[in-house]
Amino acid sequence: MAKVFIYPGTSLILSDLVSRFGHRPLGSALSVREKVQTAGLDSPPLQITPEDPKKGLRFAAVEVPSGVRGRMSLHGPQIEEAEAGIIILDADLAFGCMGCARTNELVRFLLHQRDIPILELTYPRSDEEGIRFVAAIRDFLSALAGGAAA
Amino acid sequence: MSAPVRIALLACGAEYSGVMPEIYEAARQVEAEVFYPDVTLADVRAAGRGFGLDVHSADLKLMIARAEALVEGRTEADAVFIATCFRCAEAAIVRNELRRYIHEGSRLPVVSYSFTERTTAGTLLTRMEALVTIARRRALLARERQEGITLGLDSGSATTKAIIMKDNEVIGTGWRPTTQVQQSADDVIALALEESGIRRSEIEATGVTGYGRFLLGNSIGADLIQEELTVNSKGAVYLADRQHGFATVIDIGGMDNKAITVQDGIPGVFTMGGICAGASGRFLEMTAKRLGVDITELGPLAMKGMGQNVPMNSYCIVFGTQSLVNALAAGNTPEDVAAAACHSVAEQVYEQQLQEVDIREPVIMVGGTSLITGLVHAMGELLQTEVVVPRHSQFIGAVGSALLASGFIRKG
Repeated sequence: MAKVFIYPGTSLILSDLVSRFGHRPLGSALSVREKVQTAGLDSPPLQITPEDPKKGLRFAAVEVPSGVRGRMSLHGPQIEEAEAGIIILDADLAFGCMGCARTNELVRFLLHQRDIPILELTYPRSDEEGIRFVAAIRDFLSALAGGAAA
Repeated sequence: MSAPVRIALLACGAEYSGVMPEIYEAARQVEAEVFYPDVTLADVRAAGRGFGLDVHSADLKLMIARAEALVEGRTEADAVFIATCFRCAEAAIVRNELRRYIHEGSRLPVVSYSFTERTTAGTLLTRMEALVTIARRRALLARERQEGITLGLDSGSATTKAIIMKDNEVIGTGWRPTTQVQQSADDVIALALEESGIRRSEIEATGVTGYGRFLLGNSIGADLIQEELTVNSKGAVYLADRQHGFATVIDIGGMDNKAITVQDGIPGVFTMGGICAGASGRFLEMTAKRLGVDITELGPLAMKGMGQNVPMNSYCIVFGTQSLVNALAAGNTPEDVAAAACHSVAEQVYEQQLQEVDIREPVIMVGGTSLITGLVHAMGELLQTEVVVPRHSQFIGAVGSALLASGFIRKG
């Protein structure tokens, strides 16, 4: 089983695909769930406190906007933990989205800095492209160590 | 109990900066509720096409979609609060354009703010309070004449001012540097009473504004406790006799600055800055002290100087002071240094705040710094317009409070 960082982090389809192939998806659902299930915090809606942008300083300098650093406090540790990554470019909003373009640039950059297998695809716009898209993800996930057949 | 004022929140990055509880708390303190306007995915996809700004961040597209829902009347709100991350260029563009779009396309009062993770409810309170005042007290803000005998008190960060008005005339004034909030207020009230020849018991209604408004409002049993953004706007157009139509009010204060676009006496768009004291009256106080003149002499001194002869940047009060010291050490005249200091403060306000409001003539300068002629001159040069400084402009908050307080006089 490999830990696979998914981008966009909110994509349920990507998360599901990774799980089906026996791997562990690392995305927003996981990091936000950990935050909102932390007992003793009262900082709705995401339970992010002013301390989190400070934790994000590990990934982005102090002059970077607080929203980027707050997001990086969620995504950064997952990027460090990831053993593989799937990046979908120009995804439709319904497929999954990450709200801040600057954070997205940094996330993709940091993923590429890691010496791990990365699959980068453009979001499909037709049925044919969709079939090739899923097949490429299947092949990538199957090739990762410890994966399972779908 | 009246229904809470509903403030639509258009935000990007707030949830990830940990400031949402502060926004909710500031709203709660002024009996308002903050909500996100509902939009569909189709609205978000379409956002930008209609508005004409093709942004990359999805949360900014969402902001645009929500703003369109408000302006097109698909979502009802009483006011709008726009908040984005400090130092984000893309968000700054959207923030400015949405503020203008909402102001021009609706009657909703709108305020914007760029936050960091250090933003607190206290910082947001005056802005939220102003939104609530405009939404809830339109009838009160429509008042154009002062009636009866009223006391207005302005407890500012640097000075405390009192005004007594009778039948639409200022008949007593009091002014003191703020030390102990309560004591300073007692002193200026005594001064105003003495000048007016009025006994305290004759005062029919009292209004309080400024930083110390809650403390003083409760201690003296004020009829009106109101933030300075709406009070100063009202006071400015009243004193300048520009109660109808558009105006821009600039108040460079001791601790923060206000720039307000006013329509018929009611603020439409406003900003309140205070990140660095270099762009405030404090820097001019320091300049006067360094030049060895009284603050009242700084303006006339500056009018005799040529500011462009001296490089000065008061973006930060520390660096500004350094420029001041360097300029004097280089042999520049006090007149030129005074003029440069005035120009520098005016330029900071122009660059940092006046870009965020729509400048509508007449431009009215109020507050204690409006008596510094060099500063008014510098602002007029930057804006390429004649700046109006009405009589009693230094008492603006107190005048506005006294004017609005007369709405609370119980007719016997």
